[in-house]
Amino acid sequence: MTAATGPAVGAADRCAYALRLGDDALVLAQRLTEWSAHAPTLEEDLALENIALDLLGQARHLLTYAGAAEGQGRDEDRLAYWRDDGEFCNLQLVEQPNGDFAATMVRQWLFSTYQRLLYLALRASADPDLSAIGERGAKEAAYHLDHAANWVRRLGDGTEESHRRTEAALLGLWPFVAEMFSGDAVEARLVAAGVAVDGRALRPAFDAAVDAVLAEATLSRPEAAFTARGGRSGHHTEHLGHLLAEMQHLHRSHPGASW
Amino acid sequence: MAQEAPGEDQRAAGFQALVDADHRLEPRDWLPDRYRSMVLRQIAQHAHSEVIGMQPEGNWITRAPSLRRKAILLAKVQDEAGHGLYLYAAAETLGVAREELVARLHDGRQKYSSIFNYPTRTWADVGAIGWLVDGAAITNQLALTRTSYGPYARAMVRICREESFHQRQGFELLWALARGTEAQRRMAQDAVDRWWWPTLMMFGPPDARSPHTAQSMAWRIKRVSNDELRQRFVDMAVPQAAALGLTLPDPELRWNADRGHHDFGPIDWEEFQRVVGGDGPCNAERLRVHRAAHDDGAWVRAAAAAFAAKHRDPVAVPA
Ligand SMILES: [Fe+2]
Ligand SMILES: [Fe+2]
Repeated sequence: MTAATGPAVGAADRCAYALRLGDDALVLAQRLTEWSAHAPTLEEDLALENIALDLLGQARHLLTYAGAAEGQGRDEDRLAYWRDDGEFCNLQLVEQPNGDFAATMVRQWLFSTYQRLLYLALRASADPDLSAIGERGAKEAAYHLDHAANWVRRLGDGTEESHRRTEAALLGLWPFVAEMFSGDAVEARLVAAGVAVDGRALRPAFDAAVDAVLAEATLSRPEAAFTARGGRSGHHTEHLGHLLAEMQHLHRSHPGASW
Repeated sequence: MAQEAPGEDQRAAGFQALVDADHRLEPRDWLPDRYRSMVLRQIAQHAHSEVIGMQPEGNWITRAPSLRRKAILLAKVQDEAGHGLYLYAAAETLGVAREELVARLHDGRQKYSSIFNYPTRTWADVGAIGWLVDGAAITNQLALTRTSYGPYARAMVRICREESFHQRQGFELLWALARGTEAQRRMAQDAVDRWWWPTLMMFGPPDARSPHTAQSMAWRIKRVSNDELRQRFVDMAVPQAAALGLTLPDPELRWNADRGHHDFGPIDWEEFQRVVGGDGPCNAERLRVHRAAHDDGAWVRAAAAAFAAKHRDPVAVPA
C-alpha cells in the first residue's frame, strides 16, 4: 500500500470523495423509489426498483467506506440520516425531481453515462476498496445506461408527444451536466495520489457517448440556459431539502433507536 | 356431428376424470368454459393483489428508517411486481391479455385482495404486512402449488419461495421493534392490533357461506377450504406472536386440546363485506393511484409501440 492510501494520509480527502459518489447514488436511489407503483408499465416498475436497489447498494458501500476513512465512528445510517442538506455533496442533477417519465429517463441516462465512465476509471484506483467499488459499479452502471439510453431512443424517436417531452427534459437537465466534470482541490490531490478519477478527463468520452444516443433519438444537444455548480461543496437546489426531510424524518424522530 | 366426436357430457366426464386423477391441466387441454372463467377470475384477482399491494408498502420506502431496511423493503416490493408479472402471464394462457385484465380491474369487474384497502399508518405496518399478510398468502399459496391448472400451479411454486423471505423479514422487523424503545414496541403492537382481523378475513368467507367453494374444490382449483386455511394460519401465528412478545387482539384465542387447534373469536364479516364492496379506508385511493399510473403512462407505451413499428427488422415485416 502506498503512503497516499495509508490510513492517515489523505483520509479526509478520501472520506470527502467517497461521500460525493455515495451521495450521488443515495439521492438518485431515493428519487427512483418515488416511482414505485407509479411507473408506466409493471416491467418498468421492476426495472426502476432494480436500478434503485443497485444505487442504494453502491451508496451503502461508499458511505461505509467514508465513515471508516473518517475514523469518527459514523456508519452508513449516521451519514445518511444525520447530515443536513449543506453536508450532502451529490451532484445537483440527481436531486432534481422525477418530473415525467422522459425527465426521469434523461436524468438517468446522463448520470449513468457519467457514472459508468467514472467507475470504469476508478477500477485503476490505488485504493483497493475504491477499485472494488468501481469494478462492481461499472457493471451495474452499464446496465442502467443501457436501459435509460434505450428509453431515450424510444421516446425521442417515438411519437410527436414523446419527442416533445424528451426534448423538454433534455433542455431542463442539460444545465446540470457541466458540474460532473468540474473538478476541485480534493479531487486533484487524490488524482495525484492515484486514488481518484480525474473527472475533467471524462468529458470527451461523455460527449461522444451522449451525441451517439441523441442522434438515434433524433434529438440534438441543447445550449445550457445556466450552469449548475456547488453540489460537491454542499450547495444545492431547493429540492434536496424536501427529499431529505422525507428520507430522514422517521429515523430522526427516534434518536438512538435501532431498526 | 360425426359419431366419434365426444358430446359435451362425455367431455365433461373425461375432464372430471382427469381432475380426479390429479392430472395437471394445460391451456391446450379441453377445459369447460366455467372452469376457464373460474381459474381466470382467481388468477387475475391474485395478479391484481400483488400489484395493488405494492402501494401500501411502497408508502414507506422513501421513509424507511435505515438503509438496510430500505433495501429489504425495496427488494420486497420489486418481488411483488415480479409476482404480478408471472401471474398476468399465467392468466394470459387463458386467452385474455393483461391490458384487458387491467381494464376489468379499473371498471370493477375484477377485484384484488381486500387486505390492501387498509392503510399503512406507521413503519411497523410494513412488518405486520410481511409477517401476517405474507404469512397468510403463503398459507394459501402453498395449497395452490397443487391447483389443477398447470400455469397457475407453476407460478405458485416460484412465488412461494420469495413469499417465505418476506414473511421472515416482516417477523424480523417486528422483532427489532418489540425489543426497541417503548415507542417502537407500542408501534409494533398497534400494527398487529390493526392487521390481525383483516388478515383472518383474507381467507374469504366461512365455507358454509362461500359461493364458489364447492365447485372450486371439485375441480381442484382450490385444494383446501377457506376455514381450514384460516385455522392453519392461526395455529402458525399464535406461537410466533408469543416469540415476538406481542399479543393478538382476540380475548377468545386459546389452545383447544380436544381439537388440536386454537379456537378464536368471531370474525366481523359485516366489515369484510363492507370493505370488499368498496367502503374501506383506501379502496378509492388504491384504484385512483393505479388508474392514474396507467393513464399517465399511456404516452410512454404509445411511444414504445411507435418506435418498435418504425424500427422493426425489415426482414420480419411481411411485404
Ligand atoms: Fe407476492
Ligand atoms: Fe410477498
